[in-house]
Amino acid sequence: MMSAVALQMVGVAGLLGLSVLAIVLSRSKFGTAVIYSATMVVCLAALANALRWLLGGPADAAGLILPVGLPWLGAHFRMDALAAFFLVVVNLGGAAASLYGLGYGRHEHTPHRVLPFFPAFLAGMNLVVLADDAFSYLLCWEFMSLASWALVMAHHREAGNAKAGYIYLVMASFGTLALLLAFGLLAGPTGDYGFAAIRNTPHTPHVAALVLILMLLGAGSKAGLVPLHVWLPLAHPAAPSHVSALMSGVMTKVAIYGFIRVVFDLLGQPSWPISAVVLGIGGITAVMGILYAMMESDLKRLLAYSTIENVGIIFVSLGLALAFQANGQKLPAALAFTAALFHVLNHSFFKSLLFFGAGAVLTSTGERDMDKLGGLIHRMPLTSFVMLIGCVAISALPPFNGFVSEWLMFQAVLQSPELPQWALKIMVPAVGAMLALAAALAAACFVKVFGVTFLGRPRSPAAETAVEVDRISLAAMFILAALCLLAGILPGPVMDALSPVAVEILGSRLPVQAHMPWLSIVPMSESRGSYNGLLVMVFIAICASSAVYFIHRFASHALRRGPAWGCGFADSVPAAQYSGGSFAQPIRRVFGTLLFHARDHVDMPAPGDTRPARLRIELHDLVWEKLYQPISGAVGFSADRLNRLQFLTIRRYLSLVFATLVTLLLVLAIWS
Amino acid sequence: MVVISDIIVQGLQMLLVLLMAPLLTGFVRKIKARLLRRQGASMFQPYRDLLRLLRKEVVLADNASWLFRVTPYLTFAAIWVAAALVPTFATGLLFNWTADLIAIVALLGSARFFLALAGMDVGTSFGGIGSSREVMIAALAEPAMLLIVFCMALVAGSTQLSTVANFMASSYVGLRVSLGMAIIALIMVALAENARIPVDNPATHLELTMVHEAMVLEYSGRHLAMIEFGAFLKLLLYVSLIACVFLPWNIALFGTGPLAYAVGAGAYIVKLAVAGFLLALFETATAKMRVFRVPQFLGAALMLGLLGTLLLFVSRSF
Repeated sequence: MMSAVALQMVGVAGLLGLSVLAIVLSRSKFGTAVIYSATMVVCLAALANALRWLLGGPADAAGLILPVGLPWLGAHFRMDALAAFFLVVVNLGGAAASLYGLGYGRHEHTPHRVLPFFPAFLAGMNLVVLADDAFSYLLCWEFMSLASWALVMAHHREAGNAKAGYIYLVMASFGTLALLLAFGLLAGPTGDYGFAAIRNTPHTPHVAALVLILMLLGAGSKAGLVPLHVWLPLAHPAAPSHVSALMSGVMTKVAIYGFIRVVFDLLGQPSWPISAVVLGIGGITAVMGILYAMMESDLKRLLAYSTIENVGIIFVSLGLALAFQANGQKLPAALAFTAALFHVLNHSFFKSLLFFGAGAVLTSTGERDMDKLGGLIHRMPLTSFVMLIGCVAISALPPFNGFVSEWLMFQAVLQSPELPQWALKIMVPAVGAMLALAAALAAACFVKVFGVTFLGRPRSPAAETAVEVDRISLAAMFILAALCLLAGILPGPVMDALSPVAVEILGSRLPVQAHMPWLSIVPMSESRGSYNGLLVMVFIAICASSAVYFIHRFASHALRRGPAWGCGFADSVPAAQYSGGSFAQPIRRVFGTLLFHARDHVDMPAPGDTRPARLRIELHDLVWEKLYQPISGAVGFSADRLNRLQFLTIRRYLSLVFATLVTLLLVLAIWS
Repeated sequence: MVVISDIIVQGLQMLLVLLMAPLLTGFVRKIKARLLRRQGASMFQPYRDLLRLLRKEVVLADNASWLFRVTPYLTFAAIWVAAALVPTFATGLLFNWTADLIAIVALLGSARFFLALAGMDVGTSFGGIGSSREVMIAALAEPAMLLIVFCMALVAGSTQLSTVANFMASSYVGLRVSLGMAIIALIMVALAENARIPVDNPATHLELTMVHEAMVLEYSGRHLAMIEFGAFLKLLLYVSLIACVFLPWNIALFGTGPLAYAVGAGAYIVKLAVAGFLLALFETATAKMRVFRVPQFLGAALMLGLLGTLLLFVSRSF
């Protein structure tokens, strides 16, 4: 019997093999079908292996050393509970994306640009989670980044995609640099890069603080923390939709895995200032992410911004866990940590689902701009049904899964008055308010997504003639929608499955939920708060059906179709409907005036003038303008200046080399 | 046997909120009319309105989808479930622990989510403007509400509404600054959530308001009846919530027998009447504010809630 980690590595090898096979097959007729179905099978097997490990009760972490990589180190791979949980997320997302790809991939014009990289990307994510030394971790991380970059560049001729790929590459290199420095600090002067050795070395507070900042830069830029998020809304939508789903739903989670692995696991006992930093950045990311999403009218880019929001929510919860852990409050720490992991799982479900839905809309209409869509609920009833479920789930509304994880987070916030530090006492309620604000804005944002895209009247001929997508894509979406509902009404088993992770990382766990009456969840104690998604759903169903029964028994059945009433003036032009921009107007005015310097410019012609009136909305992405543009400007400026060095004579080059040498030797002499 | 009596009490509570809700709205309308020196319609007019709407034919826009037809039942059910989970005359009912205060807020959020979608369904400007303003108001009212929930939960040590009510009814509470802030904020949120003056005007759907009533403009017949009924229930829910947390006197504790239940029910009706009277008084005394003043109004509620929570984080005794 092979160990779990060896089995998992076999799966990774299979994925890599598939990616080689895809190079050969990608131009053949069956390439798409063969590669996606094989990828799906491998992912399902890997999922089963990881699930068996996670659910199979306490098992010792299994390690594996391959004789590659650094000669004195080898490549270490290890499967523990944390890795197993993230492998579940990766491979579940991978299997769903492969299934969706079976249908969606048929419309791909350039399959040879997608097929080889798709399994490689999945293999890279699996490897990052399994890696157990800094060198293999960084190598696999880079492999994952490059594979996803290749997928972003799959449609490189489309406007904006090349720029997206370039910015992604720059930010990914920057992130890896930060990770490299973080691991360098962790390994210390002895330079032992194995995670086991790092875990056993004590770290000084300064090193811990530096490592945290570097991890926030490195893992945070991949996960999309504000202000390092700029590449994410460009790169995620540029890829084909099932890859967008993987990047948003899964790759950001791999970055979160990296953060948890280093900050919770390798650094040892955290100190409270770390938690304050994580809390603050998480809260800002959550609110800014969803406000960006609200202002957006490109469907896929909106979803990418909403990913930023969810990453912020997860980081808030991780920050709470760190705060409790730093103060030795074991049970609340486990609560916050479980909530974060639950949200990781939930977000991978509904964000994949929503990206699949956006892909379906894109396939059948060729449009990503919501302001050119509308009325799709009539033309694509099944897609709109699952999208509705996705929108309700991500808006954190009961009885779906998004609500459960947010509910757990709010419960964790309510445990925090016991924290002794004043800074935390003041920060936690503020961050709790930001969490609530982000949740409410998310609901507003997804009313906009569904209302503008699927409801109303079609705004373009493409939307008018849309047809339902193929059954395989629909199957992938329905499976994810069912998972959203299942995790929402039966959260107890999910929380129990997460408890080995909490035990391993924090040394504490929540009470076993399986023993609670009526399948409700009781994180702390019955008197502090409980929630039962199943009963809430049953109640809603009973109340709604009894209302329907009553109405159909006693009320009039008469129904007449007629033109819309609209107070006597129903505008006949569909373009006069509320669009994404107009729907966002009240929120733009309330929040955007300050945060985006939003201004509405109205150009109203004088009476008698027949020229159309125009409304122009001015929005500024301040992070881009105030932070990135100066940096890129400075880089461009200094590059221009340094360009002169290119045209020197040989004498000058030699004297330059000599001067450098002397300076370096001087520095060395003074240093030592 | 105990379970059966529990179920009966819970069922009674569900029926009670259903039967009382139109009466409360009718009562508020009557008082308002009397304060304006009008005769006003009978207190029972909302019942008649509902029955009349049920008998009418539904006129559906040509392009209305299934979502438009399902929404009235869904929102009604969500609000009814939420209302049934708020203790009215007795605490500790059978299903009180199913969903705590946070879940009740979220259930109302679900109802609003679908209603806002239905406003967008037909594709008229009225629906769009109503929905977009409703979600703007909700985006501020919901976090304010959650902070109020935090406030109450921190005082009582639980988000379970029954536990909160029991705690508030006990003598440990006393006067607290944080609770004072919470009740002011809660009243502000309740006014906004129920589309009352000064945030919205429940009596018209034309230019002056264009929020809630504009959103449901396309509804007619039995669908409109369900939505109206939902709105009545929501008003009752908020009044019950304020009553059970801040005026918990004479609320029957769980399992104290029929007599206590009867006393609790009587006290509950008195509380409803007082709250309805105050609401009518307030509505006649103020004017509706411009829609872009509402964020400031709700921002104040949000800040009050945050301040209350912050005080409780500083010390449990505030």
